[in-house]
Amino acid sequence: MEVVLPFVIGSLYAMAIYMLLRRSLVKLLIGLGLLSHASNLLIFTAGGLTRFKAPVIPMTADQLQLPHADPLPQALILTAIVISFGVTAFALALAYRAYRSVDTDDLDQMKSTDA
Amino acid sequence: MMNRYLILPIVIPLVTAVLCLLFFRRPKLQRWIGVSGAGGLLVVSLWLLGLVWDQGIQAVQIGNWPAPFGITLVADLFSAIMVVLAGVLGLAVAIYSLESVDAQRQAFGYYPLMHFLLMGVCGAFLTGDLFNLYVWFEVMLMSSFVLLALGGERGQMEGAIKYVTLNLLSSAIFLAALGLLYGLAGTLNMADLARKFASPASAPSNAIVTALSMLFLGAFGIKAAIFPLFFWLPASYHTPPVAVTALFSGLLTKVGVYSLIRVFTLIFVQEFAYTHTLLLMIAALTMVTGVLGAVAQNEMRRLLSFHIISQIGYPLMGLGIFTSLGLAAAVYFVFHVSIAKSTLFLISGLIARIRGVFDLKKLGGLYKKEGWLAVFFLIAALSLAGLPPSSGFFAKLSLVQAGLQQGQFLIVAISLFVSLLTLFSMIKIWNEAFWKETLTVEKKEEVTISLAQDWSWILPIGFLTAVTVLLGFGIGPIFQVVSLAGQQLMNPQLYIQAVLGGGG
Repeated sequence: MEVVLPFVIGSLYAMAIYMLLRRSLVKLLIGLGLLSHASNLLIFTAGGLTRFKAPVIPMTADQLQLPHADPLPQALILTAIVISFGVTAFALALAYRAYRSVDTDDLDQMKSTDA
Repeated sequence: MMNRYLILPIVIPLVTAVLCLLFFRRPKLQRWIGVSGAGGLLVVSLWLLGLVWDQGIQAVQIGNWPAPFGITLVADLFSAIMVVLAGVLGLAVAIYSLESVDAQRQAFGYYPLMHFLLMGVCGAFLTGDLFNLYVWFEVMLMSSFVLLALGGERGQMEGAIKYVTLNLLSSAIFLAALGLLYGLAGTLNMADLARKFASPASAPSNAIVTALSMLFLGAFGIKAAIFPLFFWLPASYHTPPVAVTALFSGLLTKVGVYSLIRVFTLIFVQEFAYTHTLLLMIAALTMVTGVLGAVAQNEMRRLLSFHIISQIGYPLMGLGIFTSLGLAAAVYFVFHVSIAKSTLFLISGLIARIRGVFDLKKLGGLYKKEGWLAVFFLIAALSLAGLPPSSGFFAKLSLVQAGLQQGQFLIVAISLFVSLLTLFSMIKIWNEAFWKETLTVEKKEEVTISLAQDWSWILPIGFLTAVTVLLGFGIGPIFQVVSLAGQQLMNPQLYIQAVLGGGG
């Protein structure tokens, strides 16, 4: 797995950046979604992929038995997923409103506020 | 156990926002809850500053989980000063918003959002954990997204798209950097990271740490609007109501600067010959491009937006010089510039109320009409440019001193040159808006301002101007405080001890 995942992450980043650079608003949003997936997988991989016991202290023991898997990356990813879910929902609504008020989904047409 | 109240600067905006939401259908009541909540935040932040000044760095472990396992809140003097800044600007903007933000926006949750924003900002200033910092960033960003888009005007939508996209990109980079850092060090507690990276036994190789620090520089750099990552700022900051812009300009980019200073004094200090030289180069380019962008503008809010970028360069210069004097100057500069810049934005809003436009070409004659407003503008503008005896003068003087001590002559020369251009563009506003003859066409529609009726516009401007004057004339005692803040930043050991305990 540790050999495969970096390629997956790399291609997710590549796809995300390609999508972000497109002119369409919808593709921009897809790019943002892919970007957060890539980051989440990166945390997952960098935190160490280990097939150890769950980090739960058994009834018969006083302390955690080594080796155990590290639960923290999962907790971090869970938080990040929830946040990116909320942010993506907002971005979708924003994109729709922007589409309604500018009447195009072409980012090149949205230049009126640029300096 | 006074320090458990360290959580108050986060709880007060939260409670205020929730109370406002409870009275969602009664905007009049929300206003007063909003203003008193902001006042409460200011009082608590001043108390916190006093506590940290008296008793040194305060740390509290949330849920009593010992660091580095639980979430830690830490207030050193730098954090406390930044929380005071949030309190001052929060109160000023809350009062200014009473009349200047239209009823429609207030009915759709303007005040709750403003307080959620303040909560995110205070959380980011106080947290001692990098992942927690990410979460506070998101709290802050979410509120700022909605505040920016609230109202739904076309310009706002276009600005918001750019703002949202680039900030999400920055968050993704931050998150990736966090993942890699966790994989490398096995902890995200800032004090624990600092301790691990400082001792040769547990430190990973410098090359990896420096590469990681560049990811953090990119992530925080987008939020702080440094060169060349600032393009979202002038494209979006002038679109929402002036009160929102003033709050953003005072706090959001400053959170980015705060994070940069925090990680580059505490964690990433191994190869400072490389990283901090890079920071100095970025500082110089940020100053120059920002001010050149500003010179070309004729719309007040756009002009001031470019100045935000330019002024970000100065605290970075203090960080790049990397002495306790340089950092003290950076802390003082961040405080002073946020106040001065927000005052200028609030004044531009009042000018637009009088004349109905932000365009300098269509303004004029305001000195004759509202002489007192001209005085307020002059104090803030000269302070921004750095003329004695204003606060900006002392901020720049100490930065220049720190630079000269370290032999960084180039950056000192550039910073002085940029000050000159800042003065030039402030004089441009002065000449166009206040000094030149009134255009007859515009004169018919102007609104007359009276203190009795428009106190909610005038009072915040007066309050912030008073703070600016105080920062300038009270430089003696205030500089003692920021010097100590600079010394604390230069001695990460103090921070580590406060969080992990003396033996750790």
